[in-house]
Amino acid sequence: MTDLADRQKLSYIAAQAADARLNVELETEGMTLNIGPQHPATLGTLRIIVRLDGEQVVWAEPGLGYMHRGYEKLTEVRTFPQVTALVNRIDWLGSFANEVPFILAAEKLMEVEAPPRAQWIRTVLFELSRIANVSLFLGDLGVQLGAITPVFMAFRDREYVLNLIEGATGGRFHPNFDRIGGLKEDLPAGWITETKQVMKKLRNFCDQMEDLLFGNEIFQSRLRGIGVIPAEVAKQYGLSGPNLRASGVDWDLRRDQKIALAYDKVQFKVWTHPDGDSFARCWIRLQETREATKIVDQLLDGIPSGSVMAKVPRIIKVPEGEAWVSTENPLGEMGYYVISKGDLGPFRVKIRSASFNNISVVPWVLRGVYVPDVISILASLYFILGDIDR
Amino acid sequence: MGLVDRGRLPTPLTTLFNLGRSYSLWVYQWGLACCAIEMGAAFGSPRYDVMRLGVIPLPASPRQADLVVISGTVTDKMAPSVKRLYEQMPEPKYVISMGSCANCGGPYWDSYSVTKGVDQIIPVDIYVPGCPPRPEALLEGVVLLQQRIKNEDMGARWRGEGTHARVAEPVVVGGGPIE
Repeated sequence: MTDLADRQKLSYIAAQAADARLNVELETEGMTLNIGPQHPATLGTLRIIVRLDGEQVVWAEPGLGYMHRGYEKLTEVRTFPQVTALVNRIDWLGSFANEVPFILAAEKLMEVEAPPRAQWIRTVLFELSRIANVSLFLGDLGVQLGAITPVFMAFRDREYVLNLIEGATGGRFHPNFDRIGGLKEDLPAGWITETKQVMKKLRNFCDQMEDLLFGNEIFQSRLRGIGVIPAEVAKQYGLSGPNLRASGVDWDLRRDQKIALAYDKVQFKVWTHPDGDSFARCWIRLQETREATKIVDQLLDGIPSGSVMAKVPRIIKVPEGEAWVSTENPLGEMGYYVISKGDLGPFRVKIRSASFNNISVVPWVLRGVYVPDVISILASLYFILGDIDR
Repeated sequence: MGLVDRGRLPTPLTTLFNLGRSYSLWVYQWGLACCAIEMGAAFGSPRYDVMRLGVIPLPASPRQADLVVISGTVTDKMAPSVKRLYEQMPEPKYVISMGSCANCGGPYWDSYSVTKGVDQIIPVDIYVPGCPPRPEALLEGVVLLQQRIKNEDMGARWRGEGTHARVAEPVVVGGGPIE
């Protein structure tokens, strides 16, 4: 005769066994699902291969290379001034920001420095391209979650920024405005007052987005606590930019690094968020857009006068040497390792782009999530295909 | 619709059909590279607003689309997918090649991994030059395509020899020769 405790234990074991049997009977075959390379929600030609158990992802792998255009090889057959036209198209939403680190690396090798006015205008355009980049993200985020309105608002207000960039550089999308030793031209008349008005509009846009999207209950429940990346994991995978700061790591190259840009002349706050979830990543980007408008305002108030071009030879030959320059681009750290052998063009350029490292965390973060969350996590990680594949 | 099957259509009916087809172009949501953002600005932004031209940028499946805009660089790895998606579209179907990359390779003309021109794999109706073209240029391309559809002889197209019978030569937005 067994006592009560034993009987309870036995019934528990029996129940467990019955459960296990049921699980074996109901077990389903795993399913492999291809998201992409063409999918309305992949922001480009990214292919994500996920293996599903029911509706849960057990394994995920990004399939890359659908937008590989061979940048590092192409730079070897271009001259130094030609490379900027090429690298514009790496991160196509924030084009000007791609030119800056390459030009800075070339200037480092040539030991020239752009005049102060050129550095300030560079910084202004850098931040404008950040706004152009991230404002589209905020609109696209809504589309990924099923809200159509934000994308119209994003495109509406992004046009103002693109008009500014076009007014200053002549190129709406790909400016190709940066030169070794300075800039192609000075700012046009009236540009500064117009920019200040647009910055007001952009701050208004950020407020609207905060009310419309970030205050929305559905939005919060779709993103809060989903796709959490702890700080250690983020560092291990080499995340940078807003994705890293959303995990609570206070790291921003604009503030931490001394380079020939005017960031040390302005006051700005580097936003971090302790959560590390999808919501934190989106929230950081919103705050950074607002911060960027403030940086632009401060820079325009104190823009120095003078020339925008240093003395450089007409035919640019970069002396032998190696240089690494990286900047805080809209998507994260972007850097160029330029090796020159004293020719017209670089001998070898290694491009470190932010999105490639940012999506390397995808297999880790997608494990165990549900299929609808795959899209929202990918949207919140925010990559650009040209920036991944180059 | 027996008349259509035989490929002999009275002129008033052809005009009516073509009018209807040209103002309900369903364009497939398909972004490849930089140009996809300008295409998004043309299709999704209130400033350019493509819907006033009767273009509906909604279908997320090629099986519901009449028109596809190849917006950006086609790489050799992507090319089979491009062809496959094009083949999934029902006839009659139209292709706008947007941007220098899709037209001829553009800035990657000497790259080892870029297909130099999407017309190597699928037939193109309208070329929109630019890197990337402004949204207005894409809208011009759409208008040119609509003019083409209006002047098209449906019967000739449907009688057509082979599946992708080319009825008319491709057009370049802004004029210019096709090499």
